[in-house]
Amino acid sequence: MSTLAALARLRAVRTGTAQRLATVRHCHLSERPMVFIPLRLAGEAAAPLAAMVGTDPGHPHLLVVPQPRDRDLRFAFAAELAEIVLPYVEGFLKETETVERRGAEPYERCADAPQLLVPGRSALAFTLLLGRSTRFRRAEGPHAVHPSVPILGRWLTFFAQRARHPGSALLLAATEALSLHWATGQSALEDANLASLIGWIDPPPGTTGADAAREAEDPLVWPPAGPATDPGFDAEVLAPAIRAYEEAPGERAAARVAEAVRTQLDPTWRLMWRAVDLLRGLPEGRGASARWETDRGSFTAFAEQLAEGGPPQPKHDGAVAAASRLARMERAQASYDAQRAYDDPLVMAAYRLTGEAFTGTVVASDPANAEGEGRGRKLRPLLTVRTGDPVRLATGTKLGTPDRRGQQAEVVEVDGELVTLKIVKGMGRGKVATPGAVPEVGDQVCYAALSDEYQPPASLPAPEETPWTHGGPPPEYVPSTEDDQEEWS
Amino acid sequence: MIGAMPSPAAEAAAVVDAVLDDLPRHRGVVVDSPPGAGKSTLVVRAAGHLAESGEPLMIVAQTNEQVDDLIVRLAEEHPGLPVGRLSASDYVVPARVMGKAAVGTKLPELGDPAVVVATADKWAWAGDRTWPWAIVDEAYQMRSDKLLRVAGMFERALFVGDPGQLDPFSVVDGDRWAGLSWDPLQSAVAVLLRHNPDLPVHRLPVSWRLPASAAPVVSEAFYPFTGFRAGTEPGERRLVFRAGGMRTAYDRALEEAASGGWALYELPSRHTLRTDAEAVQAAALLATRLVQRAPVAISERGERPVTAERIAIGAAHRDQVAAILAAGPPPGVTVDTANRLQGREYDVTIVLHPLSGRRDATAFHLESGRLCVLTSRHRHACVVVARAGIPELLDAHPSAEPVRLNVPVKFPDGWEANQAVLAHLAGHRVEAAPLR
Amino acid sequence: MERFDRLRGAVPARPHDARAIAALAANPGCARRAVMDAAGVDKDATATHLGFPAPFGQSPFAITRGNAFEALVKDSGCAELLRLLRELLGLPIPLAAYTDLGDIGGNPSAHLRHAHTLKLIDRAARDDDEAGTLYDHPLLRLEIAGHTSYLEPDVVAFRLAGRFHIVEIKSFAIVDGQAEPDKVAAAARQAAVYVLALRTMLAELGHDPARVSHEVVLVCPENFANRPAGTLLDVRRELAVLRRQLSRMARVGAIVDGLPEELTFDLAPDADGVPTRPVPELREAVRTVGARYAPECLSTCDLCFFCRDEAAAGGSTELLGRQVRDALGGVATVSEALGLADGSLTPGEGQEEIARLLRLADRIYAEAG
Repeated sequence: MSTLAALARLRAVRTGTAQRLATVRHCHLSERPMVFIPLRLAGEAAAPLAAMVGTDPGHPHLLVVPQPRDRDLRFAFAAELAEIVLPYVEGFLKETETVERRGAEPYERCADAPQLLVPGRSALAFTLLLGRSTRFRRAEGPHAVHPSVPILGRWLTFFAQRARHPGSALLLAATEALSLHWATGQSALEDANLASLIGWIDPPPGTTGADAAREAEDPLVWPPAGPATDPGFDAEVLAPAIRAYEEAPGERAAARVAEAVRTQLDPTWRLMWRAVDLLRGLPEGRGASARWETDRGSFTAFAEQLAEGGPPQPKHDGAVAAASRLARMERAQASYDAQRAYDDPLVMAAYRLTGEAFTGTVVASDPANAEGEGRGRKLRPLLTVRTGDPVRLATGTKLGTPDRRGQQAEVVEVDGELVTLKIVKGMGRGKVATPGAVPEVGDQVCYAALSDEYQPPASLPAPEETPWTHGGPPPEYVPSTEDDQEEWS
Repeated sequence: MIGAMPSPAAEAAAVVDAVLDDLPRHRGVVVDSPPGAGKSTLVVRAAGHLAESGEPLMIVAQTNEQVDDLIVRLAEEHPGLPVGRLSASDYVVPARVMGKAAVGTKLPELGDPAVVVATADKWAWAGDRTWPWAIVDEAYQMRSDKLLRVAGMFERALFVGDPGQLDPFSVVDGDRWAGLSWDPLQSAVAVLLRHNPDLPVHRLPVSWRLPASAAPVVSEAFYPFTGFRAGTEPGERRLVFRAGGMRTAYDRALEEAASGGWALYELPSRHTLRTDAEAVQAAALLATRLVQRAPVAISERGERPVTAERIAIGAAHRDQVAAILAAGPPPGVTVDTANRLQGREYDVTIVLHPLSGRRDATAFHLESGRLCVLTSRHRHACVVVARAGIPELLDAHPSAEPVRLNVPVKFPDGWEANQAVLAHLAGHRVEAAPLR
Repeated sequence: MERFDRLRGAVPARPHDARAIAALAANPGCARRAVMDAAGVDKDATATHLGFPAPFGQSPFAITRGNAFEALVKDSGCAELLRLLRELLGLPIPLAAYTDLGDIGGNPSAHLRHAHTLKLIDRAARDDDEAGTLYDHPLLRLEIAGHTSYLEPDVVAFRLAGRFHIVEIKSFAIVDGQAEPDKVAAAARQAAVYVLALRTMLAELGHDPARVSHEVVLVCPENFANRPAGTLLDVRRELAVLRRQLSRMARVGAIVDGLPEELTFDLAPDADGVPTRPVPELREAVRTVGARYAPECLSTCDLCFFCRDEAAAGGSTELLGRQVRDALGGVATVSEALGLADGSLTPGEGQEEIARLLRLADRIYAEAG
């Protein structure tokens, strides 16, 4: 927790409303996201009870499993969910754009991508489980399910796994997206409650965030956002309704269960769209758009893999896949951190407080400074900046700046309030600096020890060449009959 | 004499012989080396041993500094042995390495030396050649995904490292791989041994760095199941001051450290920021006072003045290091984080205790490896600077860490290790001077 | 002991159950929790009477599922369990006798039942035949803060070839080798209590306590089916934590000695068990012992809402969590921190540094936001 975020929380306590932690939105928000609120039967790992899903705030689809312990009903639920999710997802495959690449063949990328919004982390985890429990099923054989079920499973798996990729927005958890932009006057643990988090950010007129948040903790007023349901509701409403269905299965009994769960889902449905509105109120940061492009690429690639008939995602990453994914995630994290700071002075502020970044006024500038002779002569402009920030940067530290993203500078000296820098990258090949390339005396500048530079990772062995230190080549994947026959009881 | 302990030198030599004997018999051999137990000596010795067989050898280290250190040691011990160093294009050859190795960015540029040394990162780009032998140095600090990138290059390997130091880490959440035998966030040795449980694991039994006052403390706290002993007897190492003191609290702390090997310079209990100005200043002033007292180290190596270069100040966080530097320690004194002090050695160290002034301990601060690195860098004495109240902090520390299935339990537990060190330090406590 | 009885009032002491263990692990530094647990006070009833009922309910579905799973595992003399143990321990277990230690007829006292468990475990420890034996519902005992707590684990102790294993049956699923880490942690903590209690019992009987394995057999449903699967869970860490926390709990005595002689948390229940203690009086009594509130209490301690309310009323920075508190370098209240940040408050001794940082944060926040 940075001192800045701590201060923002203190201010929220005093003012009674949440305080901004960002000036721009750091996640892309689709024009037509799909909200997905799953509920699970208590005590079960992945028994869906119901879901509210859709892209139209006014017309949610309500899917219900009137007897969640019934395997056939569960798969019927999955097929029904597929009927809503798959057309939405596949709709984005129609329009593509051609992406030119230096030194490689151009490729096609979807012009836009689907975006799933779930209430919180636990809904995200449940989405992953739902994907896991359906993607290995098969449309033929003794345990045949509807053909759409395994396809749904793979998509849900894709979305849920992608959500752990730093900076990705293909699947967002509302509480996490909101917490990235606002600080409340309660603890981070309590922020996991969507109703109380929104209570702080946007309290109803006449109430404080603190009051709204307290009220949001009453499950009778604001049912939990799932996938866990309120135990009181389970005991008093749901259990009798399910029992009635068991005794006399039929539409009427099913409708009773549906009405019961609707009372639990409706409030969260409304909250989810309020979250969307709140986030829309912030302008999208530059990096968020760039990251969405990567998301679109990832979406396109997965859709192709699926179309080519590739196997379902394995249960675990193998040694090589794990190392490769870790490298991608670490790179994404570094660039996500840097982009957010460069996009947003409030995010940068946290780095200024720890001395890893500073802002100030240029007091001296030598744009013509050069190093080397003849053909090796390179422009290395020098700058001296006066700052009131507590700079803690060692000589030689590489710096970037939000105003000139292509440039890299190096700390030459820190002397009290004066920081001398040398621009070492991004000056071009010209003999003199292009106008505006080097800040002038009097300019306000910001520099930070954060890098968004792409460094290709060293290659990994092919999975079939996994070395003996890591267990040797893994056995070839053969879809086992066990997988698609796995009980779901 | 029946039942007498062999001399430390004999004991250590026996282990080294056993390691060398095991090399041709196994695909991999692991050597655990506690602080200052002669890891580099073993690496250099094994390199010479393997080079004698005429088969080329690759050595994998983790940082450029470690690579350079190894080259210097190899040149000292095996002057005739042709050594190559692979490096990045922006690597500047330090003076101490000049002329001791062929340097190049690609293997063909090196000629055909018997031994090639490079960092794991650099090796990962080195191409397809296969080596009959490799030595992997600091293997416990190497993440297993790095090993995965280079393991295909060698047929057999010797893995050497210190299991008590800091584990590798990542800025991203690696939960999804928890419990997998090839979890990329585990250390190279952890993954190696999970897949090859029959490989021999040797342990160097003697710390040549830590004095008799420190070896038992560090051994019990951080290596509870695989202890080691000091290579010197009590009294064999001494620290004396050529300049007199004035009985200030700083002087008393330094004198306590000189006589008992340890001192706890204790500031009054208070919750502070981690850059606690008083603690930071105390660390810097202790170093200043130490230099003023003209310390002399007397040891098996003879009598030598303890210059600023032989003194280090260690802390947990980078901002603490920056704050200590800003407080003006004497020029030449090393100030750095535990991470970067790994593998280094000094005569006297001054340590800012990771838990000083905190209200709640986090896993980061309790990590036993951090305290282990900080309290095991010295040949003569270690002064720990801390606020009072750490025992209370430890008592109040929640133990609700999530548990993942099939992840081997790691020992020692940070809490226990911290308690053990504190219990020992309590006997060397010097109350800080009151605020002026 | 009398002192604890007075603190609790004229009701039987609450056993040290799973929640008390979890609350202890989550916040060992809280004096209020320590005193009330040591005295066996019903914190749930206390919180309810204070108007801050605990937010912990259990769904009937979860209870049904848990019971059904346990019944499945224990069905026909633990046949399923035996299959698992064979696989897991890699031992040829020819057959195993099932003994229900809870089944001794009538409604015996805890003391009697414990004596019964003691007798049978002693016999089991002496027995050296190679057949396994499963003991269900043992009644174990542990000294907690100087007085005896009876533990009635819903677990089985399994003895084979002279070694005992604690078997813990949980109904959360293990999917592809992993389960929810918090639930596993809770199971491990609980199991460690039983391991320790069983070890203590063996030691009392003059047997080697190390014969109780630190590897607990965790039995859970696997993937999405009801089929039980077993995993070995190493609880050495939890045992170490438990031992040191129990040793520290002895210090509760010192806290209690510092409390007013007449202090009691007695709810003064009437004949129907309805509390009659005036709420303001009870509130004062509870407040006499200081709490160390942290948001983590919200998932473990019955008194959490009461303590949170108290922290909020006092404007304590504890409300915002340990991390915020840490970032504030020990500044205890919101108004103090904000005063330092906007410069309206002169920093006290030792506060200069945090004041400087907060003022800078305040300036940068205004500038950037």
